[in-house]
Amino acid sequence: MSKPKKLSVIGKPRRRVDGASKVTGQTQFADDIVLPRMLHCKLLRSHLPHANIKSLDVSRAERHPGVKLVLSGKDFSNEYGILPVSQDEWPLCKDKVRFVGDPVAAVIAIDEITAAEALDLIEVEYEPLMTIADAVEGLNNPDSRLHEYSEEGNVHKRLSYEFGDVEAALAESDHVFEDTFFYEGNTHMPMEQHAAIGHVEADGRITLWSSTQCPHYVHRAIAKALEIPTAMIRVIATPNGGGFGGKTDPFNHEMVVVKAAILLGRPVKVALTREEVFYCHRGRHPVLMKFRTGVTNDGKLTGMHLQTLLDGGAYGSYGVASTFYTCVLQPTTYKLPRYAFDACRVFTNKPPCGPKRGHGTVQPRFGQEVQLDKIAEKLKMDPAAFRLNIVEQAGALTANYLKIGSMGLVECINKVVERSDWKNKYGKLPKGKGIGIACSAYLTGAGNSIYWNAMPHSGVQLKLDRSGKVTVFCGATEIGQGSDDVLVGIVAEVLGLDPILIRCVTGDTDLTPVDLGSYSSRVTLMMGNAAIQAAERARDLIAEAVAKRLEVPIELLVFADNRVFIAEDPEKGLDFHKAVVCAEEMHGTLGTTGSYAPPEPPGKYRGGGVGPSPAYSYTAAVVELDIDEQTGWINVERVYIAHDVGKALNPILTRGQVQGGVYMGLGEALMEEQTFRRLPARLSNALVHQTPSILEYKTLTSHDMPEVIIDLIEDPDENGPFGAKEAGQGPLTPIIPALANAVYDAVGVRIDEVPITAEKILKALDQKARGGEGRVGPDKFPDIEWPEPFQVPPPWEGGDGDAVNKPQRKRAAKMHEMDKFKKVASS
Amino acid sequence: MSNVTALKRNTYLNAHLSCKINGEDVQVSVAPYKTLLEMLREDLRLTGTKHGCELGECGACAVLVDGEPVLSCLTLAVDAEGRTIETIEGLNDDAELHPLQAAFADLGGSQCGYCTPGILVTAKSLLQHNANPSRDEIREALSGNLCRCTGYAQIFEAVEEAVVRIGESGRRKMEVSR
Repeated sequence: MSKPKKLSVIGKPRRRVDGASKVTGQTQFADDIVLPRMLHCKLLRSHLPHANIKSLDVSRAERHPGVKLVLSGKDFSNEYGILPVSQDEWPLCKDKVRFVGDPVAAVIAIDEITAAEALDLIEVEYEPLMTIADAVEGLNNPDSRLHEYSEEGNVHKRLSYEFGDVEAALAESDHVFEDTFFYEGNTHMPMEQHAAIGHVEADGRITLWSSTQCPHYVHRAIAKALEIPTAMIRVIATPNGGGFGGKTDPFNHEMVVVKAAILLGRPVKVALTREEVFYCHRGRHPVLMKFRTGVTNDGKLTGMHLQTLLDGGAYGSYGVASTFYTCVLQPTTYKLPRYAFDACRVFTNKPPCGPKRGHGTVQPRFGQEVQLDKIAEKLKMDPAAFRLNIVEQAGALTANYLKIGSMGLVECINKVVERSDWKNKYGKLPKGKGIGIACSAYLTGAGNSIYWNAMPHSGVQLKLDRSGKVTVFCGATEIGQGSDDVLVGIVAEVLGLDPILIRCVTGDTDLTPVDLGSYSSRVTLMMGNAAIQAAERARDLIAEAVAKRLEVPIELLVFADNRVFIAEDPEKGLDFHKAVVCAEEMHGTLGTTGSYAPPEPPGKYRGGGVGPSPAYSYTAAVVELDIDEQTGWINVERVYIAHDVGKALNPILTRGQVQGGVYMGLGEALMEEQTFRRLPARLSNALVHQTPSILEYKTLTSHDMPEVIIDLIEDPDENGPFGAKEAGQGPLTPIIPALANAVYDAVGVRIDEVPITAEKILKALDQKARGGEGRVGPDKFPDIEWPEPFQVPPPWEGGDGDAVNKPQRKRAAKMHEMDKFKKVASS
Repeated sequence: MSNVTALKRNTYLNAHLSCKINGEDVQVSVAPYKTLLEMLREDLRLTGTKHGCELGECGACAVLVDGEPVLSCLTLAVDAEGRTIETIEGLNDDAELHPLQAAFADLGGSQCGYCTPGILVTAKSLLQHNANPSRDEIREALSGNLCRCTGYAQIFEAVEEAVVRIGESGRRKMEVSR
């Protein structure tokens, strides 16, 4: 116990603990659950993007044979939302619809087809309102206001921060680069459509099964929206058939089935159609951005001013956090002495945007990394060498007070340069072929909870008994990423067990201690540390009993190979099973707990809570491609990626996350876009989703996926369990700018707008042939009236992490119901 | 699931059909408007088969009908009359995992697992036609099955590994029989 033993589970490639159940069809997803007397729910969704509800008549629907209940906005008395400052969603719209797909009524019937028939019988009279189609329209039309609580007009939230005098830094720079970029929105498209079942036991207790990434937040939202004490509610997160951030919000359909189950005393299921999933969305925000970056002749960054404009869609969702994330991680990759950012989120009449894999950071990383490519070219430096020259250091505190831990970016860059034969290819490939590089960083869990509290972010409980089996409980949610495997693997390692001897129970608010959920790449680190603590406490209880039984000093005992034994004399020891019996005799019933909360962030300024993380992962990628100049078609030949994961707990899963991130990154770079169009005037002129189907929302198929050469860099972080950092989100990010940079290397045109399509390449080539600059991208960033910035001097300019001024802020928060919620929660 | 609104359900009587599912003779009474997918999941509770779109776009609902992969969301249940159907639940006829299942579990061919049943039955059909497919033949066979998690590489590797394992177990069986 004193000496670190050789790892026997951690770091070894092995079949994930839920692998067999997934390949046999045994895994029960939400829609696979069938309960006796279960009813079915369908939602009537608005066909108009922005309208007042003048009247709503459900009487014909109620009379339809087989219909048990029809609900509408008047049946609900409280709003909810994921962020405490954005409590702006109704389970069913009350007096206004804000996008095509906003639900206004629900029918609960004996089967789905009956419910669907009855939807047609609901009569809604709408008063159409002017539609806001994008962020600029939102800025220009403040009077057609989606929400009264926004800062002003349709401006949901504006941010402004200065970490040092950036203007002075730019003025003294040898070069200042100014570039604008646009990143189109796109969506998660998990293969599983959301489903949920509400159920009320005879004694009045409520259960919700749902394909949610965050059962704890859903638990809170139900309590608030339906005014039910939290102690009466149980939320069970079924394994998600993919999430990618799309199942992290509490959803209206979840509130509706719980309400219906309460009123009817029968289980009620809702299973969304694929089209409805496109309306739930919460995906990538469309972001317009402007970078002004100063550099010296020898290629050092002097300062950066970033401005972002987010098209938020119709509701708050995670939007305030997303807005911060379009700016806060910029200083984590390269040394940046001064930094300033302004960010603005605007409400529009479209499905709400929120967190998708890489939450808010993917868009500005695209802009930053493409701009660096332009800078390197101007300075006549190799883009890889240019980056290596400015990489931030391990342990650094950034200009905006983010504390970096381990930092393997140099090794990542060197690895992809070597693997790709970069030096012999960059700038040297025949015309039409190109290679590009980019880097990124990502959080391993957010340093703060969604709602402020002083409790653990993750809790783990362990039960051991005379059966020799260990059961581990945690509120974390298996969404495909392998969180159950991480949990079992860590407990198995600490207790020296074969993983098959450990059963895990996860994502159940009745049975498991709270874990905040599967978002922000937090599970491996936070749950993992809590699991280590719980397992070590169990190990200590067992060791005490075994030491007494064997009459040896406790320090000599080792837990390995399903045994507890003396390191020097392995014959002397007990089977784990007998060791647990021993411990149960000594201590009574055995159980332990573990908790994890992230370290206190160094930034003390207001808003400094978004960005801090216990550890940052780093990635570098090289994309190699060729382009048909006749058609503009891009053929990605190969992707080289190196990801600093700290420590790969199960390398098969880690590689799977990296590969999956590359896949999704290529989809975003090349084809995925959640876009909208106006119907012709004779058909209402409504703003509708361009492609709410899998057929038309293009993603990569097996044919499109190129070879990916993956290297895992293991630079352990002291905050990570066994040194581990995240792998689920970071590896997506560098793919998009690396591809854009490769396009430039291939054909000499800049596509400063994602997705990078054949059409845009042809347009740029054509423009270049006519003597133009050969660029497709936004020309300007709109004039936005920014608030007075918070001025926070960076650490090396005498800053203490706090702002030196106290700018006034308009309050843009919809939280008037929170007091009510607090009463409910504590009752 | 489906969003059919025009049907007047009360005007139809259930259809009675007989077919073979996963090696067993099955008789089922099913609403005539239902798809094979709905019959399998809702009437027979074979929920291993998944749905991702119900419009024939994603491949999650693939099952084998007379050995060929078919999108069960685009097939009417009544068309199953007299047919032999194989779903994920019947991929192997004993308690052991089929080599494809084992390889997918071992090599990360399945992450969230939602597309997995459709991919596994499609891959099984491929191997029945072509015992030793090339990487391109695997790509082609699985090009109608979307996966959002894996980036496909581990799926290809798992199919190739299954080919190796099937070959090895075949050789072992031959050695035993000698």
